[in-house]
Amino acid sequence: MSTGFEWVYTETVKDHFTNPRNILEDEDSFAPDGRGIVGNIKCGDQMLMVIKVQDDKIIDCKWKTYGCASAIASTSMLSEMVKGMKLEDAYKLRPQDIVRELGSLPEHKIHCSVLGDRALRAAIEDHYKKSGQDKRIVHEEAKTICQCMNVTDRDILQAVKDGAHTYEELQFRTKLGTVCGQCKGKAEELLHEYTHLYG
Amino acid sequence: MAKKSVYMDYNATTPLHPAVKEEMVRSFDLFANASSMHEPGRSARNRVEHVRQQVAAYIGAQPDEIVFTGGGSESNNTVIKMFTCPGCDEHCVHNDRNEIITSAIEHPSVIEAVEYMESMGKKVHFLPVDSTGKISTNAMKKVISERTGLVTVMLANNEIGTLQDVRAIADLAHASGALVHTDAVQAVGRIPVNVDELGVDYLSFSGHKFYAPKGIGVLYSRRTKPFCRFLHGGHQQAGRRAGTTNTLCIIGMGKALEMVVKESEKTNARVKTLRDRLASGLADLVPDIHVNGNLDSGLSNTLNVSFIGAEGEAILLYLDMEGIAVSTGSACSSGSLEPSHVLLATGVGPELAHGSIRFSLGRESTDEDVDYVLEKLPPIMQRVRKMSTVYEGGCR
Repeated sequence: MSTGFEWVYTETVKDHFTNPRNILEDEDSFAPDGRGIVGNIKCGDQMLMVIKVQDDKIIDCKWKTYGCASAIASTSMLSEMVKGMKLEDAYKLRPQDIVRELGSLPEHKIHCSVLGDRALRAAIEDHYKKSGQDKRIVHEEAKTICQCMNVTDRDILQAVKDGAHTYEELQFRTKLGTVCGQCKGKAEELLHEYTHLYG
Repeated sequence: MAKKSVYMDYNATTPLHPAVKEEMVRSFDLFANASSMHEPGRSARNRVEHVRQQVAAYIGAQPDEIVFTGGGSESNNTVIKMFTCPGCDEHCVHNDRNEIITSAIEHPSVIEAVEYMESMGKKVHFLPVDSTGKISTNAMKKVISERTGLVTVMLANNEIGTLQDVRAIADLAHASGALVHTDAVQAVGRIPVNVDELGVDYLSFSGHKFYAPKGIGVLYSRRTKPFCRFLHGGHQQAGRRAGTTNTLCIIGMGKALEMVVKESEKTNARVKTLRDRLASGLADLVPDIHVNGNLDSGLSNTLNVSFIGAEGEAILLYLDMEGIAVSTGSACSSGSLEPSHVLLATGVGPELAHGSIRFSLGRESTDEDVDYVLEKLPPIMQRVRKMSTVYEGGCR
């Protein structure tokens, strides 16, 4: 239930929730170059992102979402962030990047914003497929370790390569295990393994 | 219409009745410990015992069957946790009946307490409910046995307002020799509550649902049935609940109950008219809605609606920005990934549960409040649905 003090979210979140940017009104007339949809309404969140591409850059991005205030705000924010961005840079965006732009989100809300970047990646991959650039698709065999923050084993490997040596440093870099904490055991195993191999 | 403040969350809590506030302010200097022997103590005790008589009379009990507690959750926990008692004295509940029966739509203070009992080795049966939230007595017949120690079932549901046939459930339970408790937190003040008519051994309720302050509740415990205390450490309330008596809140609750007796029949009829107008207005103005529970047979102040293709927290917060206070069964508001267990138990499916909004009205609700909600909600729904991925394609 909503709390009474100030507001549940930051001013930036509130602004994007109150005035969502770039809502997709008519998909046919938008004629997207790439389309991605992720999430499941059974879990309370679903997102659709569509992009227009020119010279390997995203020139327009629109979206729809079934979800809570932070889902709406984070998708709105993401749609602003990616305009003018190179495809390869947009392809690398992670939930942390959206959360940073929003100021912050309540911890238990972060799983919602995770969907925005995945929907965008799906849209970019759709574009790559349609334009015969299949080879640019990174076939992540990555396994999600932290469901809440959508952190994969690849992300953990990268964090280790970047200098994370303890579980706390890993958490700091990836935000893994900062919501429900269930992935701690698995994450520590991988940290140990990767530190041994690459640390 | 200019922005106004509309409170439609009376099932969460209610504002103090002005008469309650006045009575409490008048009594603020009554600080003495109601257990003290001196005159100020006796004076406080007189007030407390007067309310005990009032409460007893209201629910058809005897004053020595009334224990004041810190609220509904404490009352519920006290009853349920009695069943872990290893045998404190000859009047205690201790027996070899190892099973508890409850329903799938109870308040968390019952569900989590019985889950705790499970962890202590008890077996718990959660009775299913039908699409309106009613427990089937047939389902109960299948699980009740001479192993059943306690049957605990709520009288009125907080989310969808369903009223249970507690009498029939109690009769079945007693026929097997089990004890019976009902959580009547949402019922007192809204429907008549009488312990003999209900046939229960224990009953919980809470002051703040009927315009008394928060932090004061009641546990009714039938004289002839066992009782094990939850809080140890004092002789207060005949040794059944330790802790210095909350005199001021008890006085407030007494006044609130007096006002219930005087006003509730009229208030509840008026509130029902408002609730019904809100329900039919929504049905006229907003397409694709689903009413949860049963408006005809449930609490007359409660309207729980699922908006197809929309998510509840977003609706709640857009309403909040217009000054309208409601609640939702969406997972997003609870911090978990699961939407309302009550709605899921009625079989509506997660999509509808995520899109549910509870409007609960009360004595300060007005025609203008209903008009205001009927004005503000339709455009909000259009807006939320316009950005929804599922409204046009999926559900329509």
